[in-house]
Amino acid sequence: MSDVAIRVENLSKRYRIGQREGYLALRDVLARGLKAPFRLLKRDSQNLSRRSNEYIWALKDVSFEVKRGEVVGIIGRNGAGKTTLLKILSRITEPTEGYAEVRGRVGSLLEVGTGFHPELTGRENIYLNGAILGMKKREIDRKFDEIVAFAEVEKFIDTPVKYYSSGMYVRLAFAVAAHLEPEILLVDEVLAVGDAAFQKKCLGKMGDVAKEGRTVLFVSHNMAAIERLCQRALLLDKGNLILSGHAQELVARYLSEKVPLRRSNINLTFHSGRRPGMLPVIVKIRFMDKNSQEKTVFKIGDDIIFEIELDPGKKSFKFPSVSIAIHNYMDQLICKLTTWSQSFNIGSLNVRKVLRCIWRACRLVPGTYFISIGFGNGGNVVDYVEKVANIEILPSGDSLAEGKIPRGIFIPEIDWVVYEKG
Amino acid sequence: MRTSSRGTTFQPQILNLAGVMHGRSRHNEMITIIKPQSVFTLKFKEIWDYRELLYFFIWRDIKVRYKQTVIGAAWAVIQPFLAMVVFSVFFGRFARIPSEGLPYPIFAYCALVPWTYFANSLTNATNTMVANQRVITKVYFPRLILPLSAVLSGLPDFLISFSVLIGMMFLYGVYPTANLIFLPLFTLMAIVTALAVGLWTSAANAIYRDVRYVVPFLVQFWLFASPVVYPSSLVPERWRALYGLNPMAGVIEGFRWALLGRGEPPGPMLFVSIFVVLLVFIGGIIYFRRMEGTIADVI
Repeated sequence: MSDVAIRVENLSKRYRIGQREGYLALRDVLARGLKAPFRLLKRDSQNLSRRSNEYIWALKDVSFEVKRGEVVGIIGRNGAGKTTLLKILSRITEPTEGYAEVRGRVGSLLEVGTGFHPELTGRENIYLNGAILGMKKREIDRKFDEIVAFAEVEKFIDTPVKYYSSGMYVRLAFAVAAHLEPEILLVDEVLAVGDAAFQKKCLGKMGDVAKEGRTVLFVSHNMAAIERLCQRALLLDKGNLILSGHAQELVARYLSEKVPLRRSNINLTFHSGRRPGMLPVIVKIRFMDKNSQEKTVFKIGDDIIFEIELDPGKKSFKFPSVSIAIHNYMDQLICKLTTWSQSFNIGSLNVRKVLRCIWRACRLVPGTYFISIGFGNGGNVVDYVEKVANIEILPSGDSLAEGKIPRGIFIPEIDWVVYEKG
Repeated sequence: MRTSSRGTTFQPQILNLAGVMHGRSRHNEMITIIKPQSVFTLKFKEIWDYRELLYFFIWRDIKVRYKQTVIGAAWAVIQPFLAMVVFSVFFGRFARIPSEGLPYPIFAYCALVPWTYFANSLTNATNTMVANQRVITKVYFPRLILPLSAVLSGLPDFLISFSVLIGMMFLYGVYPTANLIFLPLFTLMAIVTALAVGLWTSAANAIYRDVRYVVPFLVQFWLFASPVVYPSSLVPERWRALYGLNPMAGVIEGFRWALLGRGEPPGPMLFVSIFVVLLVFIGGIIYFRRMEGTIADVI
């Protein structure tokens, strides 16, 4: 027996752009052929159509080793190739090039409840799902009672799962997955489903698995979970493995590098977060407090001013609109600040303009937030730059000091009143 | 004698499984090599390793099929039976199509039993990859299991409609001959034919969804290209071997010969049929294997 559980050598995976977006119909193939001559006439779409024939490397020359019993986190932005890597290691899809060796029985959890059939009862689904995840019937027989107890669905075990509440459904699905006992476990962002209590339960179970000395490869956007569960981490970016090392160090580095710098004044003309095919209209963003002081760290309840500079270049936009998206560290969309929802009219854009958005009394819970900016004209997206910067919200000194902040996404301004009944 | 904690956690379980999976009894290690696959690594052993999952898929298909139906398994009989009634009236009574001296209902129903099985299995197999899209993109297993289970899960229906055939034979006083012992062979041939064609259509349907609209037409034309409503003796002698290019012709004539003792004993036509089935089957496996590695990306 060797010490290495997973060895990956120069693993690469190529997709045709658009391939992951779904199946082809012969109709589309025919239609594309017929439309080709007309496309030359339309300059805008010409660019796009040529792009659709290009290939992208979702994973390029990735090499690493994982030792037996190691818990390794995989981090990186959306589209960095994390899921592709797990899919190749769990053999769902074949690599285009390269080689990987996996020593031991592999269990992959890219999703909980894979293969659940709504018409089947809880009992039947446990067996079906267990078998799909790679358990043997005898193994499921043995763990059956435990799974049912863990999911807390004893009463409904012979009811078709289509009558289950979504909570029961997820609990049952996770219970089956949690009783999978492979030597090597590959886990994708399955913990991002369900409510906070459920996520906590999942994390607890993951912690147990890690302690049992099993080899785990764990993809997550939840940096706190990565830091807590993993000793080592791999950082992927655009299909390349750019760093591997101590989990905590890597997370810190990732959080600071995810955005070039936590800067309050950022030039966006050549930003790497710009979506392909977009026109660089958004050229600058600044973050300020209410006294127009540049800042990236705010306290709960502070006003935040976003100042965006737009450059139409030689074009002219009749119906411009701007939206600012705020995501939290788990990549959940928290809110969008848009001009159109306020019926704010920027006016025709044919010269450089500076736009200010004032967010009064921002009451998000403390944490890091990522800012993405979009520019549209009429209904079309003209420019979109993802994760241009992050800002930090800190507890405020007085009434909302650390430790007095309830869980959730934001802190509502509330008053409590009590009367004596009589 | 490696790290003790894991040793105690895993040892018992691995021993339990030793006989069941991967036959790794001597050293508790299973090594998976992942690299771009050649089309010709067929992985039959792997399908054997995954036989429990195959069983569960078959079990699910059967269970779900009749879960919300009122008359359940009776559908297995109604389909060929009604077809038999209609064919008997129009082809047997009005068009007076010869039935080799047998009562026309028996003549038609005996062909409809394997035909219905084949037609339903092919349709199910065609849709199976798309129906199981979620599972395919989230879990690994040899994909071949899906069309295989689609084809095998039709067998209970086949047995039910077959038992009705036995009842009808008693009713009409038609008794089987010693040829009966060959019946399992023809049944196997029906299964392999459905699987062989299903391998092509299921893989193709995963990429081109048009296939699922083409297959019903294909099945309809195929019905009349097979000796279901007429005996193959209607086909001129010199074309008979060519007619065998349709493997279902071999299957259906085989059923009539083995069960009812009529029609001609298997001749050149049957051998052509067997040859064609094997060709389509092997081609289907190679085509399917070529698709398999990347099917999760395109489906």
